[in-house]
Amino acid sequence: MPRAFTPKVITANALLEGDVVYLTKDDLWTRDLSEAELLTDEAHADIRLLDAEKRGNEVVGVYLADMTAGPDGPEPTHFREDFRRTGPSNYFHGKQEVRG
Amino acid sequence: MYHYNDFDRDFLANRNAQFRAQVNRRIDGSLTEDEFKPLRLMNGLYLQLHAYMLRVAIPYGTLSSAQMRQLAMIGDRWDRGYGHFTTRQNIQYNWPKLKDVPDMLDALAEVGMHAIQTSGNTIRNVTADHFAGAAADEIADPRPVAELIRQWSTDHPEFQFLPRKFKIAVTGSPNDRAVTKAHDIGLRMVRNDAGEGGYEVIVGGGLGRTPMIGKVIRDFLPREDLLPYLEAIVSVYNLLGRRDNKYKARIKITVHENGIDTIRDKVEAKFAELKPLFSGVDQQMLREIEGHFAAPEFRTASTEAFDDAYAADPVFRAWCDTNLSDHRADGYAIVSVSLKKHGATPGDATGDQMRTLADLAEAFGHDELRISHEQNVILPHVHKSDLPALHRALKAAELATANIGLISDIIACPGMDYCALATARSIPVAQEIAERFEELKLEHEIGPLKIKISGCINACGHHHVGHIGILGLDRAGVENYQITLGGNHTEDAVIGERAGPGFAYDEVTDAIERIIRAYLDVRESPEEEFLDTFRRVGTEPFKAALYPKETVDA
Ligand code: SF4
Repeated sequence: MPRAFTPKVITANALLEGDVVYLTKDDLWTRDLSEAELLTDEAHADIRLLDAEKRGNEVVGVYLADMTAGPDGPEPTHFREDFRRTGPSNYFHGKQEVRG
Repeated sequence: MYHYNDFDRDFLANRNAQFRAQVNRRIDGSLTEDEFKPLRLMNGLYLQLHAYMLRVAIPYGTLSSAQMRQLAMIGDRWDRGYGHFTTRQNIQYNWPKLKDVPDMLDALAEVGMHAIQTSGNTIRNVTADHFAGAAADEIADPRPVAELIRQWSTDHPEFQFLPRKFKIAVTGSPNDRAVTKAHDIGLRMVRNDAGEGGYEVIVGGGLGRTPMIGKVIRDFLPREDLLPYLEAIVSVYNLLGRRDNKYKARIKITVHENGIDTIRDKVEAKFAELKPLFSGVDQQMLREIEGHFAAPEFRTASTEAFDDAYAADPVFRAWCDTNLSDHRADGYAIVSVSLKKHGATPGDATGDQMRTLADLAEAFGHDELRISHEQNVILPHVHKSDLPALHRALKAAELATANIGLISDIIACPGMDYCALATARSIPVAQEIAERFEELKLEHEIGPLKIKISGCINACGHHHVGHIGILGLDRAGVENYQITLGGNHTEDAVIGERAGPGFAYDEVTDAIERIIRAYLDVRESPEEEFLDTFRRVGTEPFKAALYPKETVDA
């Protein structure tokens, strides 16, 4: 039995701002995880990653991050990704601040 | 204070112009990240979890008021209005934008500061005793030598691509406040039988994945032999150090694998070769540098105002009892300003706080500030008669927390709140422990105790040498914290012992409280400090408190 594929999103840090971004279906970089494209097929995810990696003039450190499907879009399965989509826990800085 | 000469200024201006061009070429697409990354790292620019991070060296932890003000300005203008002081006497800005970094570096250069070699496999910022030039127990101020090492190692062509990063710490006192035994090279000033000052040279210390206490390679090195001897050590390491495995590349492993005696023989042989090549220019430079570090003109004045305030004001008294250390000049004190207000992020200072500290150093402290590896700010030279006024001003800036050396004076690395390498958070753990013991009103009763927290095995938070060390790990996708006991960071350095299985994020503070209650129970008297109790009774009572069920089962 092949192992079940954990759904993923493509994520990176923006080149200029350094903040966390995710790839949408329309090939745009969004700051909001809920707008990211959830990749549920492994082969498709690999191709999307290869394409995203070519965009080194927009982003840095592209990778696939594990997610699950939530009611409002992708949800992190690991606490590291949860911090990345939120911001630090000692100050209300980063994404949480922008979201209000 | 060392003041840059024309050579230093030109060097830095050129370097900054070069980096500005590199940033521009990255932004316009002519450099790829693979090409740019080593360049930005050489200039202290990291990419962390949420943003870029600029790490600025504070050589041997010394700052003037003007430099501190500039650090505040940089934080306010290009960051989020604060800076984070680290265990290696650096300041980190957590939110810079790529295009602003060249301006930040130019602003640093205006006050003789830079971010060069705060990353990469080079000789990093040379750290020193934060009480240098002030401590009552000091043989000689270690900073001139630290500055000499900085000049020698900056852009040293042979040492830009070492097997791994390389850290040097210097102390001018037999009492080690610079954690020299946990550095690649530690230098501790000692006297020989003839009463001359020289260096005990320690090599191969380091925390991280394979913690090692440094070993003495030379028990007495005459001062004038320092640079050729250091060069000999680094070049032996440069050849012998393993480049095949990142985790085995530090000199601690080289020393461990080859044995200290083999390393010593090779170093001595290399030293014999190098020594004649050092024509004495280094000693000339050192003498010149020493002039920059002349002690301020200490004044003689009555300490009556201090004595009166000490007798009359219990808050002032409590602060004096914890935050002052003995100064070598009569009537003076060394003031440690705590950046560990209960519930605050250890080592963070806002722009306003930095400016207040700069003003106070100017008014009361001969214009000098220090950053300690324990993430506090030191005013090294304050006359006691000025302490009441200083304390009032610190209080107004929320900088008068009386907790130096106590349980809430915690070292914590940035952990997963910022650091891309982290396996768990450290800051909120420190915050919660500090708040808990503040609530319990126990910290003064507990007495001297050092808790040190790292958010991963790299051990930037020095957890191995904390009396109580906490290491945050990722266990199957959940934060888990391992506790070590009995570590010590001084000249008697010891790596702490693992207490047992780790604790979940929301169990750590309770676990620490159980350790402390056990200590209060078993200590012979309030005078027996935690570490002494631990040495006397070992881990058992603490394990019993941490893992009650297992003890019953056993
Ligand atoms: S110990 Fe780990 S988590 Fe903490 S600052 Fe160092 S590398 Fe980052």
